[in-house]
Amino acid sequence: MIGRLLAWLAAHPVLGFLGFFAVFPFLVPYKALATQVLIFGLFALGFNLLYGYTGLLSFGHAAYYGLGAYGTGIALAKLKVGSLWVGLAAGLALAVAGGVVIGFLCLRRRGIYFAMLTLAFAQLLYFIGFHLAEWTGGDDGLRGIPQLPLTLPGVAIRLNTPLAFYYFAFALVALAVAGLKRILDSPFGAVLQAIRENSDRAVACGYDITRVKLLSFVFSALFTGLAGALDALRLTVVPIESLYWTTSGQVVIMTLLGGAGTFFGPFVGAATFLVLEDRLSLFIESWPLVIGAIFMVFVLFLPRGIWGTLQGGLHGRPRA
Amino acid sequence: MIDISASALAAQIFTGLVLGGIFVLLAIGLSLIFGLMTVVNFAHGSLYMLGAYFGFFLLGLTGSFWVALALAPLLVGVFGLLVERVLVRRLYGRSIDDPLLLTFGLSLVLVEAVKLVWGKVGLTLDPPRELGAAVNLGFMTFPVYRLFVIAVTALVLLVLWLFLERTNVGLVIRAGSRDPLMVRALGVDLGRIWLLVFGIGTGLAGLAGILAGPMRGVYAEMGVTIVIESFVVVVVGGMGSLVGAIVAGVLIGEVVSLTTFVAPQLAEIMVFVVMALVLLVRPSGLFGEAGLLE
Repeated sequence: MIGRLLAWLAAHPVLGFLGFFAVFPFLVPYKALATQVLIFGLFALGFNLLYGYTGLLSFGHAAYYGLGAYGTGIALAKLKVGSLWVGLAAGLALAVAGGVVIGFLCLRRRGIYFAMLTLAFAQLLYFIGFHLAEWTGGDDGLRGIPQLPLTLPGVAIRLNTPLAFYYFAFALVALAVAGLKRILDSPFGAVLQAIRENSDRAVACGYDITRVKLLSFVFSALFTGLAGALDALRLTVVPIESLYWTTSGQVVIMTLLGGAGTFFGPFVGAATFLVLEDRLSLFIESWPLVIGAIFMVFVLFLPRGIWGTLQGGLHGRPRA
Repeated sequence: MIDISASALAAQIFTGLVLGGIFVLLAIGLSLIFGLMTVVNFAHGSLYMLGAYFGFFLLGLTGSFWVALALAPLLVGVFGLLVERVLVRRLYGRSIDDPLLLTFGLSLVLVEAVKLVWGKVGLTLDPPRELGAAVNLGFMTFPVYRLFVIAVTALVLLVLWLFLERTNVGLVIRAGSRDPLMVRALGVDLGRIWLLVFGIGTGLAGLAGILAGPMRGVYAEMGVTIVIESFVVVVVGGMGSLVGAIVAGVLIGEVVSLTTFVAPQLAEIMVFVVMALVLLVRPSGLFGEAGLLE
């Protein structure tokens, strides 16, 4: 039963996503949690494109998440552009611009340097955000992002209820999920996975892997920036921690818990992380200790994560 | 007027040297561990923090800063041995990213564990009374403790250099970071060398922690930003190069210190600007060899 469900999901991942998340808000204790899972799942999806599929471990994805959030927040709260779409576009543009510049610099070094460099550049952006208080609100965060209605040709839909906002986010995240599926199925997606498996061989096959990696980096920044922009709209505030290294660490944990390099892993991981955080913080003040310990166990013994391990039971060895 | 600013500038240059010394101790440990085992120890900052807390604990227990200074790095080093033996060793042969991820998890656990044991409020670590004063050097006055930190750093670097260059074990370590396969083929048990180097590297982090404690305060998150700055030092100096770690450590220390003098809010940003510039001009770092250890 479970095996057949997993097989069907593997064949139709986008349909599976649509079916599950269409009813998801009614399966969780409160609607806000559902929206959070959706947005952080998208964040992890962006990270997963780079780490899980291209094999590049970024420890600085807070940068693109924060750029997306601040881009949208500044456009709406400071520049008062007055349109949800323009606000979103500003966030995406800023995240992509950050991805191009930082990606170019970080890809000058291979291997393990990459993780350190991404971390360092994200920290640079954090300090810039911290000191540019006139635009970013500095330590207090950026406040006063208006809740604008969603304007489509002919209609304007208000997004001021949790459920309305959920379905707005759902529509955009579904587009991103379909986009990711399209990328992974394309020849470009095949080259990404070839780089992850053996980058020397990909070079020998004649691929310009630095360009391919940079493109993967920029797509990853785009998805991540959309998550940041949506979160800014959800919270109507951008806290300075959006750019802090802990945010980068969070997405690393989510993706690995769920299963790096698997299609649904990021969403499974985001849900697991957020539910754990939600439950644990009620009982234990030092819940990061528990999450850190669980994460270490996953790195040591379950490197394929929850979803990857489920799939492994299906495809890996014969099931008992 | 000029006299005052000249002596203030001199003091700032010395402060940069002190900070640089802390960076060097951290970066050399990171670089040694990476050079030999290709393990990026994300928990390096947490071990630095542990060094300061162990120092605080030992100072309270024995009442002597000197005992604490001698024992805290040893304890951290022993803890480092355990980490290598119990955790990191399981990951050799897996992806180069896995030890980084594991030590990232470890750093989260350590920060929270320290908060549970010693509380969330920061502590103060007093330097010994004989080092508590400031000394007039003629052109400026400077805290004796900070001069002491510079002297300890220099001494440790000298001992480390002699160890790596003049002893047989040092020879094996250098050979092992150049070509581990060949060293193993010659019948050397690299597992024990890895353990030793992990212990030395983490011990150096502990030393940096207890030395920094009296100057920068002791708190659970003290290792977080400094480990990122140490990564920058390693990248600027060139991974695996000890000379690079020393030059880059002092360079970054001076950059922070002198920027603080001119424009304090730019100090943290300048660290990363220097890194970006070095990357553009010399991607392998000031003293790194292109292609090595990648």
